[in-house]
Amino acid sequence: MALFTLNINGKTQEVDVDSNTPILWVLRDHLDLVGTKFGCGIAQCGACTIHLDGNAVRSCQLPVSAVGSSVITTIEGLSENGNHPVQEAWLEHDVPQCGYCQAGQIMTAAAFLKNNPNPTEEEIENAMNGNICRCGTYTRIKAAVQTASQKL
Amino acid sequence: MTTVNTKLDRRSFLKVSALAGGGMMLSFSWLAGCKPTPEEELGLPKEWFELNSYIKIGENGAVTLYSPNPEFGSNVKTSMPMILAEELDTDWKNVFVEQADFYPERFDRQFTGGSQGIRMGWRPMRTAGATARALLVNAAAQTWNVPSTEITTSAGILEHKASGKKAHYGEMASLAATLEVPEEVQLKDVNDFKIIGNSKKNVDGENIVTGKPLFALDHRVEGMKYAAIVHPPAFGMRLKSFDKNSVSGMHGILDVFPISVFKDDYTRNSFDTTTFPEIVAIVGNSTWEVMQAKKSLKVEWENAPETSFQMAGWGGNTSSVSIPAGLENSSVHKARMAEYSQKPGTILRRDGDPEGAFKKAAKVIERTYSAPFLAHNTMEPMNCFADVKGDKAVIYGPTQAPEFIMGTLVQALGIPRENIQINLARMGGGFGRRAYSHHLVEAALISQKIQAPVSMVYTREDDMSAGVYRPAYSATYRAAMDENNNLLALHVKAGGIPESPIHANRFPAGAIDNYLAESWDIPSNITIGAFRAPRSNFIAGAEQSFLDELAEAMGKDPIEFRLELLKRAETNPVGENNDYLPQRYASVLELVREKSNWNSPQPNVSRGVSAYFCHNSYVAEVVDTVIKNNQPVVESVYAAVDCGIVVNPDAARNMGEGAIVDGIGNAFFGELAFENGTPTKTNFDKYRMIRHKEAPKKIEVHFVDNGEEPTGLGEPLFPPVFAALANSLYKATGKRYYEQPFAPQLEMQNLKM
Repeated sequence: MALFTLNINGKTQEVDVDSNTPILWVLRDHLDLVGTKFGCGIAQCGACTIHLDGNAVRSCQLPVSAVGSSVITTIEGLSENGNHPVQEAWLEHDVPQCGYCQAGQIMTAAAFLKNNPNPTEEEIENAMNGNICRCGTYTRIKAAVQTASQKL
Repeated sequence: MTTVNTKLDRRSFLKVSALAGGGMMLSFSWLAGCKPTPEEELGLPKEWFELNSYIKIGENGAVTLYSPNPEFGSNVKTSMPMILAEELDTDWKNVFVEQADFYPERFDRQFTGGSQGIRMGWRPMRTAGATARALLVNAAAQTWNVPSTEITTSAGILEHKASGKKAHYGEMASLAATLEVPEEVQLKDVNDFKIIGNSKKNVDGENIVTGKPLFALDHRVEGMKYAAIVHPPAFGMRLKSFDKNSVSGMHGILDVFPISVFKDDYTRNSFDTTTFPEIVAIVGNSTWEVMQAKKSLKVEWENAPETSFQMAGWGGNTSSVSIPAGLENSSVHKARMAEYSQKPGTILRRDGDPEGAFKKAAKVIERTYSAPFLAHNTMEPMNCFADVKGDKAVIYGPTQAPEFIMGTLVQALGIPRENIQINLARMGGGFGRRAYSHHLVEAALISQKIQAPVSMVYTREDDMSAGVYRPAYSATYRAAMDENNNLLALHVKAGGIPESPIHANRFPAGAIDNYLAESWDIPSNITIGAFRAPRSNFIAGAEQSFLDELAEAMGKDPIEFRLELLKRAETNPVGENNDYLPQRYASVLELVREKSNWNSPQPNVSRGVSAYFCHNSYVAEVVDTVIKNNQPVVESVYAAVDCGIVVNPDAARNMGEGAIVDGIGNAFFGELAFENGTPTKTNFDKYRMIRHKEAPKKIEVHFVDNGEEPTGLGEPLFPPVFAALANSLYKATGKRYYEQPFAPQLEMQNLKM
């Protein structure tokens, strides 16, 4: 066990956990930030996507000891009032069915659009390809990313 | 207007002052599509007045509607309250929706499955809404001393036009709650619907996009422990022993013990499909710690002998069910299915003289189709929160079927039914998997043993390798034709491991003079269960691929050919038990022909069509593919659907789009194989799921507007996709696709998948 100081959603948090613990479980079990989801545990589905210094990463494969002073943003911290353009676009297109993968989808989309605010359809598909949606909302996700890109 | 008798459904009108078990009302949310502005926002009232099980109204006019069915993504939590709100005649923006707990004394059929939520809920929801409205009208009539027949309602306002009196529902709610429930109420005319048929946003949308705790796995209480399970590595194996000491020194590990889901003398119900009834539980202080211990636990497994148990059937009869011994292999499965498809099966239907027709046929076409086991792979793995202390249990878990697991919980825990509260969590997908809810029993047993609240979760590997899978299937179709390519007879023989996919009385039965349907099945110890459109999800692909090939052999347009058969079934049906309506079947084919511009496709596009009837609904689909950069790309999918009245059109389209994506994914990639009883894929690195790049570039879902009562929607768009895709790929590549998944064959044709 070791003590780690983490910068999460603009707040400094201390946790005492095994240094191999993936950030996913630090967020969920130790900090009650349960918006980040467990899907596969091997970085294949994207449900656990968070931002590390603004880049989308899979939190299930990121040990707490590797974070250092990097800034973590989770779905809970993406916007103040749930009004990030990507979140708003998700609502506009009424994307979610079961909803379980959507936090990860949104985090991937938000990081992607920051670097590429005017993507082509193909670029959107490539960027979102690591996030599985078992309900199959892909066409709506693509439309929502396009809508968000117009507002960014 | 229709008059309905409220006595048919008294339990919905029980007035109970408090919810059992205190409830875990996690899902309190505004319903409005966008955030209510301050002028619009009513806020929480000081007091709620309960008008019936589904509806309570606050003194300020706010309305709470209880959504009875578990939500797994099919939109019932929005759509079912829309039905209540319609007949209540309230303003949707004043509505809060709450997920009801499992409470069969108050709510009907709290089951999500079989695409029956809206169909079965239609009449009870409408009646409950109309009854509450009638109570409010009667309260106003009493207050204003005018006849109730002179009072009108609109968007939550009561009005007596002659006297100019007006009140909102909240002003009459306290009196209305004390009045006698009327024996008869009027339902609205379908043409007067204001909410039904007008798209409403998902009531949990804002909570989902902001990451609010909505799922059982998100639930946290003081003193809660975490648990993982260790199950046999193969079907056909069972627990022999384990060494607690191998993990007991690990940090954060509190306890390790075996649990058994069934007591020896328990008579199972038909939803008691439990993959491994005996497993080992590991309890600790965090998920990560119990997952680490799981890897280190030393366990000995042994081959299980043949076992049998008693199962209660729907009619009350109990039968003995046997589970064979052995470690099964997919290669052996395939060989056995091939063998069975050549042997005589059980005859399910025979019309005319099929054998005679085949003897005199000038030409016989015979094709065999097959598909593997499939894992449901819900994005949220099986999990459950349970808090069992003494003789009381609170279970908060993802289940499609609380009713069917309650008896299992009672016997496993030894706690009476009235002391067990099941609260319904939003599910991260279901697809049939969570109709089998032994994960609730496992969590409850773990909590009971440690006498503390626990959150139990499967790893993805557990979830995929301890599944209740879609069975493996095979179907052989034969057609007899005369020298002029007229269809003389059709013969289908289909089976599976361990169940047959055949629906003997569905189309094209009824359209062909000489028809034979045979069935077979091969026992297995691999657990199977409902998977989106059970049986239909395979047989539709086989049947509709075969009809495509027949149409081609006869030189006919595939839609025209189907319409000809349907015309025959309509005007001069063969046999008496045909379970579909030919006109409605034909209407979706006609609609998809129009919407897809069937007769003038885009240049370079290869298109295939398919149509199927299941879950009381009719669906026709056209798939357009192109080969781009040596890769098959699904360019467009057009669907025409007859599911009667559509309650929430945009959400209905969303689900239809999802079913199409799901079908294309499983047709291309879906496969779970077994070696020595062990699934060869246990996570998404090997089990290929459809992803963004493979999804259709465009999907259009069109509904037949016929004002019929609603029928199923979650499943019926899924089965026809397989053949529409296969038929389209045939046009693109010149090859037919008989074996699912299609990707390996496409790769052998040097296409990139």
